[in-house]
Amino acid sequence: MEKSKNSGRAGYYLYILPGMLGFALIVLIPLIANFVISFTAWKGIGTPRYIGFQNYERLLVDAAFWGSIQHTLLFIISMTIVPIILGLVLAAVLFDYISAQFGETLSSFFRAGFYLPQILPLTAAGVLWGWILNPIGIVNAVLKAIGLDFMAQNWLGDASYALWAVSAVIVWIQVGYCLVVFMSGLARVDPSLYEAAELDNASWFGRFRYITIPMLMPEIFVVALTTLIAALKVFAPIYVLTSGGPDNATTVPSYLSYYHFFTTNRVGYAAAIATLQTAVTIMLGIFFLRMQSKQTEGGR
Amino acid sequence: MAATASLSTPIASDAPADHRQKKGFTRWIVLAILFVFLGGTLFPFFLAAFNAIKTPADYAANGPLAFPRSFDLTALKNFWANVDFTRKLFNSILISVCTAILAVVLSLLNAYAIGIGRVRGGRALLVILLISIMAPQEALVYPLYYMAKQVGLFDSMVSVILIIGVLHTAFGTYLLSSVLTTFPREIIEAAQIDNASRWQILWLVIVPVLRPTLAVLATFFFIWTWNEFLIPLVFLVSNNNQTVSVAMGVLSGANTQDPTAVAAASLLGVTPTVIFFLIFQRTLTRGVAAGAVK
Repeated sequence: MEKSKNSGRAGYYLYILPGMLGFALIVLIPLIANFVISFTAWKGIGTPRYIGFQNYERLLVDAAFWGSIQHTLLFIISMTIVPIILGLVLAAVLFDYISAQFGETLSSFFRAGFYLPQILPLTAAGVLWGWILNPIGIVNAVLKAIGLDFMAQNWLGDASYALWAVSAVIVWIQVGYCLVVFMSGLARVDPSLYEAAELDNASWFGRFRYITIPMLMPEIFVVALTTLIAALKVFAPIYVLTSGGPDNATTVPSYLSYYHFFTTNRVGYAAAIATLQTAVTIMLGIFFLRMQSKQTEGGR
Repeated sequence: MAATASLSTPIASDAPADHRQKKGFTRWIVLAILFVFLGGTLFPFFLAAFNAIKTPADYAANGPLAFPRSFDLTALKNFWANVDFTRKLFNSILISVCTAILAVVLSLLNAYAIGIGRVRGGRALLVILLISIMAPQEALVYPLYYMAKQVGLFDSMVSVILIIGVLHTAFGTYLLSSVLTTFPREIIEAAQIDNASRWQILWLVIVPVLRPTLAVLATFFFIWTWNEFLIPLVFLVSNNNQTVSVAMGVLSGANTQDPTAVAAASLLGVTPTVIFFLIFQRTLTRGVAAGAVK
């Protein structure tokens, strides 16, 4: 009996085989290959030449690379921090106020509306915003129409505004995701908590501060982790809106490595950028998951 | 109004409706502010729609903000014909459907072994699979590009389907494993007593029960694949193989001199997803959360 059970379990390995084979071929081997390539000088053809840490040494003095890291930090703000704050406030207003005052249909309507930008292809969103932000585009037309001509800018073409313009677009895309996750989190909060607070005459802000935020901690964690990983990987919006320009003012590691892989053909160098990016992302992921498991152990 | 208010607090529906007083004026202000925000969020869509149907003359005379005074589908038709949009739509649908099916099947098989079969190392596997979610695609793309060239799968939709399918499998495995771990053992044991093979148990017992979850998962995979950019950009170089997402990316900045043409392009680029969104709105807005927090 015991023996047949054991062999029964072994039979399940057959089911995991295709998935593992795929993972090995498409994730693991390429990842390792990329790591190895990062120690070589290679143009994509011929034999890669081993050069040790030279690619990494060059990265340390590459202004474009350091710039890309700074931009990533800004995109963490526009992709993670700002959308989480806006999402929390919107979710709380919709859940705790609008659906109580005006009914659930209306709050679902708002939720759907704010979520819409999130599911667009980033490239289509990019074309749309590229058109809105270009020098003869909508933003400048609006400014002109309300008599603020002097504020009109070449939003994506001017190094001092491009980064902020892209950040704004990213916020537009990301708020919906945070909102949706937070609203479904609120659905599992016991309504009597809010009612008790209301009976105690707690202000809306008091309820937000002392009920909504603490109760949503698990969701905030998950959203922070997923959006942080996404922020470290930003590629399509940059590719479409600015191509990293002007003068690398908006470039990010993903774009920089793509550029070196396929435009300058400095494959080893690009691989080094991608390797560093992977290392940072995975370390951050591990750190977050550790924190999360600690928090859930202590919290519940 | 009282009835709808109590709907939102279904657990204690009698008393609280009275306590939640309607604050006459502020609620309208809050509502107005929200509508302004929502208007701002959706404004780009309206802009694209308005300007895509204007004649260039109307656009030139009245600017982008004016309500259209002309109705002209030339810009849309031109864009459609120029980029062979029918073909792009077909490619996107084909790739997204195949990827969704592949990813769901792989996820299901993985999750069956981990959640039901409780194979040794199952949990460790789940952690390792997280690499597919975390690793930036740039770190995989060049070796994959090289491999595809070696085996003759470069510029082939098959390579894109395989790659994206496997990448999405991580999320699916994660989600389905946690669902299957809580699958009632009695049902499976009953099937085993009836001499059902493992394969039969999977397809005749588990899949029918999981069908709604699998459908949600497939919807997600479909839309994610539809929006995927880097992999199709690198692998699908010829015009005939490109997806809507890549066509949009390649187009950016290409014809900014004609604003109504760009508006038409944006409109056509976002329309398919907006249609999916209208169809799957409930699945999407609820499902995101289901997947995110377990």
